Amino acid sequence: MLSRIAESLFWIGRYVERADNTARLLDVHLNVLLEDPWVDEPSANASLLSVMNCEYEAPVSRRDVLATLAFDPERSSSIAWTLGAARENARRAREVISTEVWESLNTTRNQLPRWTASARPHEYFVWVRERAAVVWGLHSATTSRDDAWHFMELGRSLERADMIARLLMTRHFEGTTGPNWTTLLRSCSAHEAYLRTVRALVTEERAAEFLLVDRLFPRSIAYNLQKAEDTLGLIEGASNSRALSDRARLALGRARTNLEYRDVRDVLDDLPGQMREVQSACGAASDLIRDRYFLPASTVLWSQEAL
Amino acid sequence: MTADQQTPWTGYQPVQAWDEAMDLEGRVRDPYRRVYHEIDRMSGEDLYSRAEALASTYLAQGVTFDHAGEERPFPLDIVPRVVGAEEWDIISPGVAQRVRTLEAFLADVYGSQHCVNDGIVPRRLIATSQYFYREAAGIDPANGVRVHVSGIDLVRDQHGIWRVLEDNVRVPSGVSYVLSNRRAMSQMFPDMFGAMGVRPVLEYSQRLRAALTRCAPNDIDDPTIVVLTPGVFNSAYYEHSLLARTMGVELVEGRDLETHNGRVYMRTTAGRRRVDVIYRRVDDDYLDPVVFRPDSALGAPGIVHAARLGNVTIANAVGNGVADDKLIYTYMPDLTRYYLGEEPILPNVDTWRLEEPEAREEVMDRLAELVVKPVDGAGGKGVLIGPKASREELDQVRAQILEDPRGWIGQPVIQLSTVPTLTDDGLEPRHVDLRPFAVNDGDDVWVLPGGLTRVALARGQLIVNSSQGGGSKDTWVLGGERQRGRKTPPPESRVELSGIGAVPQAAHPDDIEHGQQQQQQQQQGEPTC
Repeated sequence: MLSRIAESLFWIGRYVERADNTARLLDVHLNVLLEDPWVDEPSANASLLSVMNCEYEAPVSRRDVLATLAFDPERSSSIAWTLGAARENARRAREVISTEVWESLNTTRNQLPRWTASARPHEYFVWVRERAAVVWGLHSATTSRDDAWHFMELGRSLERADMIARLLMTRHFEGTTGPNWTTLLRSCSAHEAYLRTVRALVTEERAAEFLLVDRLFPRSIAYNLQKAEDTLGLIEGASNSRALSDRARLALGRARTNLEYRDVRDVLDDLPGQMREVQSACGAASDLIRDRYFLPASTVLWSQEAL
Repeated sequence: MTADQQTPWTGYQPVQAWDEAMDLEGRVRDPYRRVYHEIDRMSGEDLYSRAEALASTYLAQGVTFDHAGEERPFPLDIVPRVVGAEEWDIISPGVAQRVRTLEAFLADVYGSQHCVNDGIVPRRLIATSQYFYREAAGIDPANGVRVHVSGIDLVRDQHGIWRVLEDNVRVPSGVSYVLSNRRAMSQMFPDMFGAMGVRPVLEYSQRLRAALTRCAPNDIDDPTIVVLTPGVFNSAYYEHSLLARTMGVELVEGRDLETHNGRVYMRTTAGRRRVDVIYRRVDDDYLDPVVFRPDSALGAPGIVHAARLGNVTIANAVGNGVADDKLIYTYMPDLTRYYLGEEPILPNVDTWRLEEPEAREEVMDRLAELVVKPVDGAGGKGVLIGPKASREELDQVRAQILEDPRGWIGQPVIQLSTVPTLTDDGLEPRHVDLRPFAVNDGDDVWVLPGGLTRVALARGQLIVNSSQGGGSKDTWVLGGERQRGRKTPPPESRVELSGIGAVPQAAHPDDIEHGQQQQQQQQQGEPTC
């Protein structure tokens, strides 16, 4: 697979997943603003923007948050921009991805202006999640499990681990007590799965454990880190230069085992710190993947000698 | 039907040009009969709503072209253009003959130049052609093919005679629109399409792939073929990706390629991979910064050298532009006789070479009634149509011609044939041309049955290029197999089907038995009293 194409696929995976999770995150946030009677809205908004690594000017209104993270197609943090970027990458990799996936991404982009003009954020978020599901469903039904599949899955699982970590940070926002664990589980579509697995009422430790390290649930952090590691192994296959990809797996494995082998109480006591660790591990792995697969090994374009 | 009832055809009136659907008395021509009746049955609104549906599917599929930096759906008209089987029997061999002449001419020009020594073409003409590249001399293509793909632009004059207007043997584009127009139109008019016996165009990609496979260097059995695109911002990017996709090959940009020791490689996630055939959609000038424009960021350095060594085949070959120079065009009938010993099947449009003093004098006198074109222009750039030009424009072009007579040709104004086209005022005749595509695999020149029909959307407009606001039509060549000719299927087929017997489709047993259960469950719910 061409390096340039692989990079586009990796980013399609990341962008679509990011749009989906940003929609979930914003839904939770708006919910908190509604339900918490003692909320200090500007501080909570500011916390959200800083978790998403966006610049802001205090005081931050609800409008600012929605513009920055949901609607403004000019800002790279927004869902609108992300979906547009996913479509542009799909256009670059058009001959590799299936027609169905391309059309679903293209239609999504074409419908965006209609949605961003409407004033009801919740409906927009539902639509975004639905579109992401359409893309993933078609992707899964129409793509051979070759490198094209692996690179998109790699981007997707990295992004998901990263975004769940950001979502859990909402527990520790300034100016609010944050969402309760049931809300968090629901926003990860994990509530029913949790009830079936744990068979008990939602407690802090068990809910956290479920979202952090459950081995079977596809939206737990450890599950996605593990999946990214496995995918890297599949991409590498029998290839001989493994150093860089192994370093990416190392970073992911360390972050995963750190969660798995630590007492959940410890993690909860330092939740923002621990979640930051997960995010930086994902970032580091992403950089290493870029160095290994997407950048040319040498910058030489033309040489007379055999290399 | 009463005479005063309105149909979409009410008010359709051919003008002085050859109308392909209707003669001047309003009689429908044979090939269009079926199309005419199908549309006759529709209401005007129905026609417009179908046209809208076409545009929206194109937007969803991303069948767009970049116009001034904006992506627009490629305009496709709802009325197909029909070409009868007997007309195609002239066009197809005519185009193939033209391609064989061009091949022979290019091989000669970049070889021993017999045509110059025998006095057919003046040496000066070749030496001064902007697209004659000495760098291309001595590159021998693996199977002798230089014009792997060509687009020969045809027009039909006021007497209905097909003529060649232009040869395109560098990087002719538009074939993707032929393929996607066909897909959209056959879905829009499935019945009419099946009943008319339209020849299929879908095999184009397979033909092209086969031709590219056969031109691989060193007789490689399973060569690695790539399509080289300038990038996603190129106006024809949709076409490049469609061709790569339907041929099942990689679409590369210049930065994906590297050249080592005279061999071309592409960068993949598993290291370098050797490339054997490059179907390039990048112009010569930008192809290789070592040989051509050094500032080009679109090409790959060293690939021309690799081609010279015979390690890679570049299709179409470098330097083909000398053959579609519009002055060489005027020599094409002579060249056909010279190389092939045949009479040209398709005539040229009469053309004055403005570097010849008598011709120049005549054209200068009649500039206001002629068309003049720069010899190296593409996409309708720089074309001046005398009767439509203002005083200043005429004076300006006159000065340009006197300054550089080698750079211009003159032609009489040809009233291109017209085809019914849906406009804001209903169906109206609009001028069209036709670009059939030919693929040369070394043994045989195959002409795609159909081709791109470009239509000028403004009334009376004679320039059809999409960069000048033109649209397109699906071109239906008749004479293929009719899918719905027979009324009843032959009896054997039914016997055979029932003989095989059907394998039952399983379902969840509960869902089949559920009648009984449901009954019992409902009874359980009833109050007992």
